[in-house]
Amino acid sequence: MIMSNKTVLFDKHLEYNGKIVDFAGWQMPVNYGSQIDEHHQVRNDAGMFDVSHMVIIDLGVNDESGDIRRFLQYLLANDVAKLSESGKALYSCMLNENGGVIDDLIVYYMSDDWYRLVVNAGTREKDLAWINKHAGAFNVSVKERDDLAMIAVQGPHAREKACHVLPVDVVEAAAPLKRFFGADCGDWFVGRTGYTGEDGFEVMLPASEAPLLWDKLAAAGVKPCGLGARDTLRLEAGMNLYGSDMTEETSPLISGLSWTIAWAPEDRNFIGRSALEKEKAAGVSYKFVGLVLEDRGVLRGHQKVIVENKNAEITGEGEITSGTFSPSLQKSIALARVPVDAGDTCKVEIRGKLLTATVVKPVFVRDGQAV
Amino acid sequence: MSEVPSELRYTQSHEWVRVEDDGLLTVGITDHAQALLGDLVFIDLPEIGTEFVAGDECCVVESVKAASDVYMPISGEIVEINEELLDEPEIINSSPYDNGWLFKIQPSADEEVEDLMDAETYQAEIED
Repeated sequence: MIMSNKTVLFDKHLEYNGKIVDFAGWQMPVNYGSQIDEHHQVRNDAGMFDVSHMVIIDLGVNDESGDIRRFLQYLLANDVAKLSESGKALYSCMLNENGGVIDDLIVYYMSDDWYRLVVNAGTREKDLAWINKHAGAFNVSVKERDDLAMIAVQGPHAREKACHVLPVDVVEAAAPLKRFFGADCGDWFVGRTGYTGEDGFEVMLPASEAPLLWDKLAAAGVKPCGLGARDTLRLEAGMNLYGSDMTEETSPLISGLSWTIAWAPEDRNFIGRSALEKEKAAGVSYKFVGLVLEDRGVLRGHQKVIVENKNAEITGEGEITSGTFSPSLQKSIALARVPVDAGDTCKVEIRGKLLTATVVKPVFVRDGQAV
Repeated sequence: MSEVPSELRYTQSHEWVRVEDDGLLTVGITDHAQALLGDLVFIDLPEIGTEFVAGDECCVVESVKAASDVYMPISGEIVEINEELLDEPEIINSSPYDNGWLFKIQPSADEEVEDLMDAETYQAEIED
């Protein structure tokens, strides 16, 4: 049976002429007309995305012995010890024993007895199973908040426009937020976070109130944007997509996510640590890079990357993990896993032809500017 | 609702064919196809002089989302390509039946354009 879930905003997507596709078992809008227009809307002004299919999980304590911080220090490769201020968010991978990535997630530290996680929709079941499996030993409670919807409002004018229409008390909590912080206000929660490389908010709110907020945001000039634009925006920003850029078969070390591993303190034993240490000691054989196609064409996931030395001899092969046409740069760009000795250029095989690509750091656009 | 001009012929794979006065066939992709693909960003046109059999993959159009093959609707030789599309593939989105034509074919004699779907049949096909 094919599961096909709808978010509480599904009728709004139809009303706003969204073109519906299946995404991880959810009927979601891929665009509302033009994916490219929506992309520019977010880079230049403000757009909104229904991300209610993502999974919000609240961690609490069962009793006084419960210790969420110690639990997360065991569960996550990044270290929640970095979260000293209430509201602060942290991006982390959740690894299996082999050092493969079960999922990437955001964790907000609200108080010692409340942390909030946001994980991917496509990994809902296995994430919940994994988290629940390990939570008991720390007396930590795990509660999926499927009573909440989530709307990401993104773009240089996103916060300003959102503040015009959010409830007054929510604005009071949201307006002063620093980047990568979140604040709660009753059942509402606003994070100054996102997945586009632009400033903005991710607003979590009771599902029943989401359709009205959607209409109000639209009236304030925040245009509905689909999953298509979300993908080109995140790729330009060099943000990884779970399932494409990293999976349970790849470690953060070869997925451009080494910066999310907190090695210190050395005695912090997190799941996957020993596997990562072994991989590192043996020598990491791949690196994660950005590619910009110099020839005409479009880079796509799974295309073969060929690395040559100065004498045009093939020295290794890699693979594109995700690629697209970049509306901001008007060129094709990609994220790729290539041999560590890859130089400044490489070849990509597209329909039997070898095209030239420049190897760059895996970030293309930030805050509206090409980098 | 997609536009389906009545004077054209259509294939199952969403190409359209127009018979020109000089006997050449102009080929493009339908309004329905461009809408499904979304914003087009790249086109790989066939080379002039290449001969294809009906059903051959002869051209690739790529949207932001994905690459898609265009199939030869009628056997023949490519005699002209729409070079404007190389720099502005989005013309296919805005004008799939006019400025967004892809290529022209000199058909081999033994196939009938009349055997392709007419507008009514194609319309019914895409409504399913």
